[in-house]
Amino acid sequence: MPVPENKFFFIDPNRCIGCQACVQACSECDTHKGHSMIHLEYVDRYESPQTLPVVCMHCDSPTCAEVCPADAIKRTEDGVVQSARKPRCIACSNCVLACPFGVPKMETSMELMMKCDMCYDRTSEGKKPMCATVCPSGALHFGTMDEIEELRPQSRPVNEFHFGAQTIHTKVRMMVPKNSRLTHLDVVDGMHGSDEPDEPDMMMDGVLFELPIVS
Amino acid sequence: MNNEPLHRFPDGRSEAEQPKWRQDFPIDVEADEYGARRDFTKFMVLTSFAFAFGQFWIVLQSLFRVKKTEEKQIAMVDDMKVGQAKTFHYPTDRDPCLLIRQTAETFVAYSNQCTHLMCPVRPDVKNDRLHCPCHEGYFEASTGRPLAGPPRRPLPKIQLRIADGIVYATAVELRTS
Repeated sequence: MPVPENKFFFIDPNRCIGCQACVQACSECDTHKGHSMIHLEYVDRYESPQTLPVVCMHCDSPTCAEVCPADAIKRTEDGVVQSARKPRCIACSNCVLACPFGVPKMETSMELMMKCDMCYDRTSEGKKPMCATVCPSGALHFGTMDEIEELRPQSRPVNEFHFGAQTIHTKVRMMVPKNSRLTHLDVVDGMHGSDEPDEPDMMMDGVLFELPIVS
Repeated sequence: MNNEPLHRFPDGRSEAEQPKWRQDFPIDVEADEYGARRDFTKFMVLTSFAFAFGQFWIVLQSLFRVKKTEEKQIAMVDDMKVGQAKTFHYPTDRDPCLLIRQTAETFVAYSNQCTHLMCPVRPDVKNDRLHCPCHEGYFEASTGRPLAGPPRRPLPKIQLRIADGIVYATAVELRTS
């Protein structure tokens, strides 16, 4: 049974309060006992308490699967990129290095890459992923487009990301302020430093300093 | 039946237009050739059974195959001089054989086909042997056993019966050594 086509996973960093409930819930799941497949990242720890839950974005062109030399990472018919197949994974960490979202994790003790599979055992049965069921502030949401439109009138979902010349569409949607211009991070540019003064970034400002409101 | 292509490529082009590495390493589960251990075990077990059954089948066939060879008149004693050889076919027309009169009383007959690669052997009665010209194989004329050359097995012997001046072939004796 595939994941329902009208249901999507929404991440709203604006609402994340850094409570780690999603991390805890994920690690209690039976399919990967004790290992959390969701990361809670600090966007800029010195400047802001802003945190960001990171789950697998389930790309239409999953770089982790494309770079896997052992052919271990596979995508199911509903577009969910699965964790590495245990008999195939050679623990080379190629996927870990390649993923632009920084999602796959190498469990060196098991010599196995593990990543978020959107709780495939639950979502393929029509249930919500573990993290989305426990999130107290609604930063993680699993539901239909209509639902999210009603819940977040000030935001819009985005599933198009640019990495250099590559455009990637993802199954997971990121909520951004409705009227903000989308900015894309040029990693190479960031590595070498730019002489031009930074433009004020409306989207990042909105995300970073608008305090989460729990309704 | 699902007629949709197995591969969904990010640029939307067909499989043939994709680079080789994308064709070789599909990322979709449906396009993957995943041999499960259970399938492999199943294959091994079934193949083993097939081989075992084949062996039993061969044994049964050879046990119950009726080998009926009819007696066949092949020569007249008076027509053959001592040291003379004559070809005949026994048990069917596709089995060439060789009859040799060694002495006045002794007749021997063998299959004419060398046990190496089925070339016809030629009698060399003076030296008491049969010669296969293909690879220089030699058989002893009085027993049919290999003497030299590539053949390792003796020629099949044709059992004879002589009655009233007529030579009959009665059976083929297959030997392994």
